[in-house]
Amino acid sequence: MKEAKERFLNGLFRENPTLVLMLGMCPTLAVTTSAVNGVGMGLTTTAVLVLSNALISMLRNIIPDKVRIPAFIVVIATFVTVVELLLEGFLPALYDALGIYIPLIVVNCIILGRAEAYASKAAVIPSIFDGFGMGLGFTLALTCIGSIRELIGMGEVFGYRVMPASYVPFSIFVLAPGAFFVLAILTAIQNKVKIAGEKKGKDMSRIQSGCGSDCTSCTGCGGDSGKGEA
Amino acid sequence: MSELRRVSSNPHIRSKVHTGGIMLSVVIALLPAACFGIYNFGINALILILVTVASAVLTELLYEKLMKKPVTVGDFSAVVTGLLLALNLPASAPWWIGAVGAVFAILVVKMLFGGLGQNFMNPALAARCFLLISFASIMTNFECDAYTGATPLAALKAGENVDVMSMIIGTCNGTIGETSMIAIVAGACFLILLGVIDLRVPGSYIVSFVLFVGIFGGRGFDPAFLSAHLAGGGLMLGAFFMATDYTTRPITKSGQYVFGIFLGIMTGIFRLLGPASEGVSYAIILGNILVPLIEKVTWPKGFGTRRAAK
Repeated sequence: MKEAKERFLNGLFRENPTLVLMLGMCPTLAVTTSAVNGVGMGLTTTAVLVLSNALISMLRNIIPDKVRIPAFIVVIATFVTVVELLLEGFLPALYDALGIYIPLIVVNCIILGRAEAYASKAAVIPSIFDGFGMGLGFTLALTCIGSIRELIGMGEVFGYRVMPASYVPFSIFVLAPGAFFVLAILTAIQNKVKIAGEKKGKDMSRIQSGCGSDCTSCTGCGGDSGKGEA
Repeated sequence: MSELRRVSSNPHIRSKVHTGGIMLSVVIALLPAACFGIYNFGINALILILVTVASAVLTELLYEKLMKKPVTVGDFSAVVTGLLLALNLPASAPWWIGAVGAVFAILVVKMLFGGLGQNFMNPALAARCFLLISFASIMTNFECDAYTGATPLAALKAGENVDVMSMIIGTCNGTIGETSMIAIVAGACFLILLGVIDLRVPGSYIVSFVLFVGIFGGRGFDPAFLSAHLAGGGLMLGAFFMATDYTTRPITKSGQYVFGIFLGIMTGIFRLLGPASEGVSYAIILGNILVPLIEKVTWPKGFGTRRAAK
């Protein structure tokens, strides 16, 4: 259980996929126009990530090494299709808001990255928790970005009016440039916290991925790590 | 900059030119346009100019105090940024528009990229585009006490006839500092005589713009049409005061011509084909982004050296 907890917290904070690893930038920048969209995209990705991590971990001794990437894609695409049909059936509003970015979860490099770097080498239970941690870390980052953009760009958070009626919203924050501003500022804060922690002597960079090294500086464990796919 | 003083052996002649002096001369050169704007649009223009300049200077001061960096407010560069931004605002804008724009220009575009000389884009223009996207209705509302009609360029785009003489003198609608061609050109002549700016960028900008509008404008080289395009909008202000910004123009001479021609063509495309009647700001910040590429292509060959084999 200790390893499961470690995996969970690792994904949520220390190796946060969005703000530390800088993976999955396409949905991060595109759908976070509001807090609700951020939560929706994050949880959808989490569901796919947990299921694909679990299945890939179960199949890790069966999948031949040479064709592992196509095999991972098939597994991920299957779950994305399932989730897409469920969303269309039960949450049509969210389905419309996320649009093309739901099928694009297939090429989200967080999912392929975790499959390649962790799930294909680890046992099932830690893989599931790794998926939960990474997915919720992604959700947390997307919700933060979405809330800030919605607050400044529309004066609302989760659809509730927060700013006084006289507040004139900065509409640039719900447009594409706003996503870059907010992401850059949150990443800068994350780095500041990390550097301050390192100065106090805490080892903030201790990262225990499946490949035993930092994914951002990973040159590939005998192959590409799925970086830059989405 | 003290570490840069010992670059070679003596004797050295020390030039009296320094950043503060150059920036101060730009401020002086902008004063005719600013004064005419205040005369033309009234007290609100004065309030906007004061608020914008003060916010720009205060933002730089506070940032440098908080980050414990050397305070560079004395070099007048923040004053220039604030003044240029204010001259690019419509006189009907509320005062906080100027303050928000100045904070964005100084904090995000200038200081976060490393301060004076490090910004990749003209701060005043980046802030104007930020405001234009954020508050489109306020930034394109030119209704004020003095004037109620459309700007001359908007009227020109709609196919109406415009009074070119009033556009040259400046008694027409527009942003605070862009209306008077005479005041802007007077300031520009002052800077050219001092040697602060040269005609490479503004000259190639204006000539290529006139050629583009003459060829593709649909009215041929009709003098009234061309001079309305020249005197209208922010072309003069942009060409002489913003495209010539030392930090965001190419440093190679041939690159400056390429830069100016690019700006002229882009401004023509924005004005003739774009949905808005004006495009100087977008053209210049697009050009700013291309500057590193232009410099790379136009970098001169050192004497006696060969170009590296590809």
